[in-house]
Amino acid sequence: MLEVSLRQPLDGFTLDLSFEAPAGVTVLFGGSGAGKTTVINAVAGLRHPESGRVALNGRVLFDLGKGLWVPPHRRRLGYIFQEARLFPHLTVRQNLLFGRWFAPRGAVREDLDRIVAMLGIGALMQRHPVALSGGEKQRVAIGRALLSSPDLILADEPLAALDEARKEEILPYFERLRDELKVPMLYVSHSAAEVARLATSVVVLKDGQVQRQGNAAEVLGDDRVMPTGVRAAGALLEARLLRHHPDGLSELDAGGVPLFLPQVQQAPGSLLRVRILAQDVILSRHRPEGLSALNILPAEVEQIRSGSGPGAMVSLKTDAGRVLARITRRSAQALELSSGTQCYAVVKSVAIARSDVGGAVPVDD
Amino acid sequence: MTWLGPEEWQAVALSLKVSIWASLVTLPFGIFTAYALARWQFPGKQVVNGLVHLPLILPPVVTGYLLLLTFGPQAGLGGFLQQFGISFAFRWTGAALAAAIMGFPLMVRAIRLSIEAVDPKLEQAAATLGANPFWAFATVTLPLILPGILAGVILAFAKAMGEFGATITFVSNIPGQTQTLPSAIYAFLQVPGGESAALRLVGISVAVAMGALILSEVLARRAARRLGGL
Repeated sequence: MLEVSLRQPLDGFTLDLSFEAPAGVTVLFGGSGAGKTTVINAVAGLRHPESGRVALNGRVLFDLGKGLWVPPHRRRLGYIFQEARLFPHLTVRQNLLFGRWFAPRGAVREDLDRIVAMLGIGALMQRHPVALSGGEKQRVAIGRALLSSPDLILADEPLAALDEARKEEILPYFERLRDELKVPMLYVSHSAAEVARLATSVVVLKDGQVQRQGNAAEVLGDDRVMPTGVRAAGALLEARLLRHHPDGLSELDAGGVPLFLPQVQQAPGSLLRVRILAQDVILSRHRPEGLSALNILPAEVEQIRSGSGPGAMVSLKTDAGRVLARITRRSAQALELSSGTQCYAVVKSVAIARSDVGGAVPVDD
Repeated sequence: MTWLGPEEWQAVALSLKVSIWASLVTLPFGIFTAYALARWQFPGKQVVNGLVHLPLILPPVVTGYLLLLTFGPQAGLGGFLQQFGISFAFRWTGAALAAAIMGFPLMVRAIRLSIEAVDPKLEQAAATLGANPFWAFATVTLPLILPGILAGVILAFAKAMGEFGATITFVSNIPGQTQTLPSAIYAFLQVPGGESAALRLVGISVAVAMGALILSEVLARRAARRLGGL
């Protein structure tokens, strides 16, 4: 477990926060300038905060009240930077093994071949970074961090510098890291999609304060904490992949409710996370007929929340889990929705993007 | 070397010896100073920077005279070092010292530029991978600035080969001891019939200087290519 408490005056506000990150992937979530990078750099030891304390599994990394500061090279953390920061004079292989030269003798060693296979970089080993694409560089950077036998992995917006296609290339590797390795991870991001795909736990930062902390589904369902606005709010469902249909759809089972999505890469039987944006959900009082949308979930209204704007956020209980629908206040009135109302949530299959479906991709050998 | 007289050959050999020593012995100090100026913030940084560059802008005669005042046999530091058998006065070591001081700013500038071209974020990355500051420097920064270091050494060497004013002021012009190539050219030009010997030495001078410049240019380009691969 990682315990963090920090205080650091920044431009226009003072970063003052404390949180605990359990095992798994903890996403530090917030808009730019919220202080996310300051936090991760203090944990890494690259930035000296004014005051605070950070401990990892009981090992104190710094405690400025006691004048204790472990220098970064003795913290045993693997840092994946936004720009890969590979060493240009070394080959991929030498980059990967860089941390190993400095690891203490007794440290548990990740197997090079296993990591190389997991990241699919076997063919790149003799190349220099200059000959790699952005996505390849980032995969090597992930491997380099893993192979230094870290007690914690830090990742500072590792996908932000990549285009959408490259993001889609790298995200599965982070999912695999989460599912296959036991190393906890602190992951900085401003992207709700990345939270949906990766987070075990989320710490939402705003102006240097912890605005909210919880699991991914809770945080993503709260439109008030989305740094990118209400459009990013949505539900996160867990579903098992049943089969791929020949017409290009994949059928999933979410708590007994069938879900049809555009074909996903994973193999039948895998457990997936499906993010359904609140703005993509339509509500109907009666089971709709003659409708093109394939996913119709019987639901019960839990709560309706609205502010001064025209929109209302309806949270619904379904057998698949909690689903959110963003509709207008006018519609909510017209449908006479209130807590306990039975209705149907309708989701178009094609509204669910590939990037909203998470799960580890099969290991290639 | 039949086409060179013994005296000329002596001057060339002495100049090579003086220049090699001057450029190699100053190298560790050059790297350290360049790194400090490129990476560290410390009080008096501008003063250090100024002192390093002073020999570049002072008249060489002034530098030579200051060396004489500091390291001459009558001087405090010179006398002190003499107790340990280190003497600079009117010996080739003095010529090497003068050449080293004159070449130092050129060496520091070349190395400093190459250090500044290395992203400090790479050193941070090395630190997070377990490398302490020394190892981060040795395994990341040093290999990346190697072409800059070579360029710095070559510049310092070339400067040492051509150094005249400070040397002749500090350690005079003694054949076999302190008569380096430029001093020898000067001496040959003072005597009737010495032109042909002087001209031969001038040829050697030009060849060495050109060779050094071309080599440093090639290395600088290679450095740029290498660092372009970030």
